Amino acid sequence: MRPRRRRVTATVVVAVVLALAGAAGCGRSASGGGATGGPGAGGTVTVFAAASLTEAFTRLGRDFEEARPGSTVVLSFAGSAALAAQINQGAPADVFASAATRNMATVTGAGNADGDPALFARNQLVVAVPKGNPRGVAGLADLARPGLKVALCAPQVPCGAAARTALDAASVALTPVTLEQDVRGALAKVRLGEVDAALVYRTDALAAAAEVTAVEFPGSAGAVNDYPIVVLRDAPNPDGARAFVAYVRSERGRGVLAAAGFQVP
Amino acid sequence: MPLALLLPAGLGLVLLVLPLVGLLARTPWATLPQRLAAPGVLTALRLSLLTATLATLLCLLLGVPLAWLLARVEFPGRRLVRALVTVPLVLPPVVGGVALLLVFGRRGLLGGWLDATFGITLPFTTAGVVLAEAFVAMPFLVIAVEGALRGADRRYEEAAATLGAGRWTTFVRVTLPLVAPGLAAGAVLCWARALGEFGATITFAGNYPGRTQTMPLAVYLALETDVQAAVVLSLVLLTVSVAILAGLRDRWITSP
Repeated sequence: MRPRRRRVTATVVVAVVLALAGAAGCGRSASGGGATGGPGAGGTVTVFAAASLTEAFTRLGRDFEEARPGSTVVLSFAGSAALAAQINQGAPADVFASAATRNMATVTGAGNADGDPALFARNQLVVAVPKGNPRGVAGLADLARPGLKVALCAPQVPCGAAARTALDAASVALTPVTLEQDVRGALAKVRLGEVDAALVYRTDALAAAAEVTAVEFPGSAGAVNDYPIVVLRDAPNPDGARAFVAYVRSERGRGVLAAAGFQVP
Repeated sequence: MPLALLLPAGLGLVLLVLPLVGLLARTPWATLPQRLAAPGVLTALRLSLLTATLATLLCLLLGVPLAWLLARVEFPGRRLVRALVTVPLVLPPVVGGVALLLVFGRRGLLGGWLDATFGITLPFTTAGVVLAEAFVAMPFLVIAVEGALRGADRRYEEAAATLGAGRWTTFVRVTLPLVAPGLAAGAVLCWARALGEFGATITFAGNYPGRTQTMPLAVYLALETDVQAAVVLSLVLLTVSVAILAGLRDRWITSP
């Protein structure tokens, strides 16, 4: 009895391991098959886009699918730096849209772009305050008022770098209560009422217009971020990728971006 | 030794250790000293150790009585309470952070009152970090101690009672020493979880160097610009925590 039972358990273990290995193999071949599905009808375009593009690109993706029946746009939104790192580690993406040229340079520098990136949008900073502006914030200088809680992005992320540029240019010295890891984090602190103001992109403030008022300030046009877009070298669907980039830069695409609050070149 | 156990055990170990190997393989050893001396590293490490320790003390103070209640007192709804205690385990930490804001934030259920009555504001403070860490780490302590209490032989407590010891004396002099290994294991788990806490901390307490920026937050932000700096910070956190855990383990947990 005993040896037999032992053999049974061993068989079970081997079967489980094989099943796991098989599943892993299947996963790979399935994603590989989907990714190499090629252009034309049913082609999937995988777009890695900066978090601040969430609303605009979701809309553009849907429009693109309607304009080209059978095509599917898969969107992955995250911080530009994280996306750049994923692409350089071999993530199977077709298009990369970054919120800063610095992060795009990481990808082009590693030789992972197909051709030169194109600037397709610009974003500028505004002061986001709770709806109705209860503390009467009129500009950057007001942010240094004692007792006013301000959230900024950390200097490591694009919106934080832009905020620092704007504050330095206006000679405003302030101590924020928090340096958020991305622009949505800073905005969330305003929406939750935990801070009185935050420096965020105009597009983010616009997307949260139900809870947030955007205060524009002189010099905000100087604190801009350029958004480059590029087709990736290892794009599983290069034709679809080029079509999507062209769509973003078309009249239609520019209209959607402008409606979201971007400046379109 | 059955192969059926050895094989998955080996695979499990590989799964746990391989990422560590990756970290070590990518560590920029040549520039390590400069990177360790970079401003902010020590500050973040000190803050991490301080807040994790304070959070553990808070968990001990509140969690041990809670574990005792769950293990030793029959009351209606005990199952529900036990399930509620484990909520922070299944809750994504970021959600935990939002929930804490909704209670202790400026517009929170208690936050406004705390501020108006005692002048206490928790978000964006070091105390807020401790609270966030205690929130996510306490279940580890409660579960470990409750398990130990259930496994403890109650005859010792009964004997103490028949010899004239009061309930409090019995608890402190008999029950606690009986469950000491479970208590130590729970405290260590709790401390380790608090040390690695990220989501609830950044959501509830924000990120400001020296005040609320703990090591995991510093690592995350370093990743945005400099992967090698992030690797070094991770290595520091790992080394310090493993050293402390190994030291504690030898002293308290494995000794009979």
